[in-house]
Amino acid sequence: MPVFDLSVTPLRELNSTLHGLAAGANDTAFEVINPRGHHAVAAGIDAPVTVDIKGSVGYYCAGMNDGGIVTVHGSAGPGVAENMMSGSVIIEGDASQYAGATGRGGLLVIKGNAASRCGISMKGIDIVVYGNIGHMSAFMGQSGHLVVLGDAGDALGDSLYEAKLFVRGSVKSLGSDCVEKEMRPEHLAKLSELLEKAGVRGIAPREFKRYGSARKLYNFNIDNADAY
Amino acid sequence: MSYHNPYTPPRKSATFDDHTLAEIRRAAATGIYDIRGAGTKRKVPHFDDLLFLGASISRYPLEGYREKCDTTVVLGSRFAKKPITLKTPITIAGMSFGALSGNAKEALGRGATLAGTSTTTGDGGMTDEERGHSQTLVYQYLPSRYGMNPKDLRRADAIEVVVGQGAKPGGGGMLLGQKISDRVANMRNLPKGIDQRSACRHPDWTGPDDLEIKIMELREITDWEKPIYVKVGGARPYYDTALAVKAGADVVVLDGMQGGTAATQDVFIENVGMPTLACIRPAVQALQDLGMHRKVQLIISGGIRSGADVAKALALGADAVAIGTAALVAIGDNDPKWEEEYQKLGTTAGAYDDWHEGKDPAGITTQDPELAKRLDPVAAGRRLANYLKVMTLEAQTIARACGKNHLHNLEPEDLCALTMEAAAMAQIPLAGTNWYPGKGGF
Amino acid sequence: MCGIVGLFLKDKALEPKLGALLSSMLIKMTDRGPDSAGIAIYGNDIGNTAKITVQSADPAKDFEGLEHALRRALEVPVTVVVKYTHAVITLAKDKLDEGRAALTALRPEIRVMSSGDTVEIYKEVGLPKDVVSRFGVTDMSGTHGIGHTRMATESAVTTLGAHPFSTGADQCLVHNGSLSNHNNLRRELKREGMIFETENDTEVAAAYLTAEMAKGKDLGAALESAVDDLDGFFTFVVGTKSGFGVVRDPIACKPAVMAETDQYVAFGSEYRALVNLPGIENARIWEPEPATVYFWDHEKAA
Repeated sequence: MPVFDLSVTPLRELNSTLHGLAAGANDTAFEVINPRGHHAVAAGIDAPVTVDIKGSVGYYCAGMNDGGIVTVHGSAGPGVAENMMSGSVIIEGDASQYAGATGRGGLLVIKGNAASRCGISMKGIDIVVYGNIGHMSAFMGQSGHLVVLGDAGDALGDSLYEAKLFVRGSVKSLGSDCVEKEMRPEHLAKLSELLEKAGVRGIAPREFKRYGSARKLYNFNIDNADAY
Repeated sequence: MSYHNPYTPPRKSATFDDHTLAEIRRAAATGIYDIRGAGTKRKVPHFDDLLFLGASISRYPLEGYREKCDTTVVLGSRFAKKPITLKTPITIAGMSFGALSGNAKEALGRGATLAGTSTTTGDGGMTDEERGHSQTLVYQYLPSRYGMNPKDLRRADAIEVVVGQGAKPGGGGMLLGQKISDRVANMRNLPKGIDQRSACRHPDWTGPDDLEIKIMELREITDWEKPIYVKVGGARPYYDTALAVKAGADVVVLDGMQGGTAATQDVFIENVGMPTLACIRPAVQALQDLGMHRKVQLIISGGIRSGADVAKALALGADAVAIGTAALVAIGDNDPKWEEEYQKLGTTAGAYDDWHEGKDPAGITTQDPELAKRLDPVAAGRRLANYLKVMTLEAQTIARACGKNHLHNLEPEDLCALTMEAAAMAQIPLAGTNWYPGKGGF
Repeated sequence: MCGIVGLFLKDKALEPKLGALLSSMLIKMTDRGPDSAGIAIYGNDIGNTAKITVQSADPAKDFEGLEHALRRALEVPVTVVVKYTHAVITLAKDKLDEGRAALTALRPEIRVMSSGDTVEIYKEVGLPKDVVSRFGVTDMSGTHGIGHTRMATESAVTTLGAHPFSTGADQCLVHNGSLSNHNNLRRELKREGMIFETENDTEVAAAYLTAEMAKGKDLGAALESAVDDLDGFFTFVVGTKSGFGVVRDPIACKPAVMAETDQYVAFGSEYRALVNLPGIENARIWEPEPATVYFWDHEKAA
């Protein structure tokens, strides 16, 4: 298995190798050591490869991932798996701000805490956070699922569209146009599927509450002006 | 005895003029601010306030047509492995599929290609038709990230990170429900028929120190091939240009307040941002101070209408310009032949700016298939190509008259100013003097 | 818009390495700010001496014979240690104000970077690795310090424009972000007698905290009121003689990462800045909450 030591090898070499994989290339598993907070590590993967990163990464790790399976044994900087298209990204430690920002597909699992704006402007991605999430998470979330086993910070789901939010712990405050909604069988089914995929054991879907858009801001009306 | 007052004509207030009175009534009636398209309509200092000196006894002109005046421009020479080379420095600015119909976007792609220049996507993503019909296509990277995906990043010829635009520096996007057709809603992953609000800051970065890392990520995803533009509205051109260079941009796009928008609050368009003329010199100064003039290219947009405007922007130090509103007019926007329908909409040809309502008689700013059918993309593409060629010929004519064999050799010293405002903004001497406000002596 | 770092030592054994640790943290943040770099180091409080750190555009001329001239003017022992374009003037605590007055008289063009019992500020145009090596920061020891690498946003790239800013005895501040009401604040602070040397919004933040503390607030309370009175985007790391504070604005989108072990508390604009710190792997890592003041003080329990 090829190993890239980022304290020695330039990032360009790692990323161009990950991009240049001809279909059916024999190497499909890679290891990265000494990431030491580097930015854009394994950004732009467009093939079903697995990348195991030993240590913590900086901004935009696994950015725009399309089909790769990336695991970070450490913490991740802002924008991890931003705009992910498919595949999965697993963060063993904590994730900084904007985790899974504008993601369109695939699964992002954060085993520690995520900071503010987790799932901001999400467009179809599934995000499962074992710990807590920070303020303004799922801001303008359009679709996809955000599952949080811990607590959520202020203004959860502000200006939400159709993204579905499930929080097991407390919610410091809800953003404008985001309300608690009734948990129906299809939600419980979806939730258990997501928990299963994210490797969560021993936690029942009914321990979660569901949050979604009140859709009051879908058409501009001056009576809602204070919500702006 | 009774005193008879002689007739004095009624006098309207300059402060509370007709437009202001109507606007107050409209606000009182609707409770919503007025939203419209296009750029600022107020009169602002512009290129018309500058003149070229031309040739005379000490300066010799080039012969028209035979003695070559080169108009090519290379964009993205700083870091991109594949810079863009254009036959003319006039590019088509970013306008979205959603704000414009599919036919209109196709027409812009065809026209730009015929003229050997580039066109740009908009806040909605890249359509296959636009990519198919555009020889050189710049792909915008915006706060909304609608339709954003790595495949389109890789099939684009350049990437434009949009921080802002001239009509609304600091404003987010606003596309009211009428124009979100099924296809637009699907591309943007939005419910159909809603008023779409888009954020004013990028979701995953804030400030130039973060922008530097975002640009590096985009380069890594596209293997450092594509030129990366940074587009900003005219607000603090000196610092914005310097910060874009420090963040690693190949090209800076500076859009003055005359630059159009698909839909924004009128109060924003008319009261926020600076005129294009006020932005060019500070931006060029910033590039010169960093020793990056010509190394990082500067594209100026906002109110470019003719070859003279192009020549003046280049003389002040820009490498290229972009046209938006003018391109729409070339393919048929606000054409008097639709006057009847404009009047039905309560407006008139030349004033129609409710582009966000999607009822455009010319079939350009609409998603209504019946209206969009009126625009033949092939014919409209040819109209745009003709217009681009005329502007290029006009700029060449002026440059030859100033003795230049390349448009980039035009200099500020080839110009003089007619007004104090233009002289001060562009630091070009008032005609007949060697003085502009802020310079010693007279 | 820049990179900021801070390190507050709880374990005295690390004090000899403060300069080395802080320098490596700052150098990691170089890409965030190519224009200028600066470091404030709080040395150990030796008896009743105070220090004034000054900077000169022409060090050879200005620092020549300065020690001798100051001794004669103040009639007390004075030492002047020159480091590249800076010099640290050490004298008796009760002679500090007199010393500053004498300095302005003897060398009007040199600029005061900081003054107080323990703080020394070194800042210059240029990259962190050059600034650090020119001033020999890696060999410095002390109790806590902050550092900054700057990408100038709305003011000139000058030495004075570099951070950290010090507007009060033993006080210093570094800032990542961009304030939006600093011009109004500067006008008010000038009326309250504060003196300004630059157009920089960060200088206004430093002066605001100094003015608040002059009204009797401690650093923590001053930072609390800063959250309400300052507008715009900011992450501050602030130092006082014994205190170390961190605060982010309510929107909190400028990056900030903190790490704490029983040996130190560390701050970095990015996690990268912290990777070389001893025991970082099992440190508590978190991102400061919006509008929340984090405050440590050597005098109050470690």
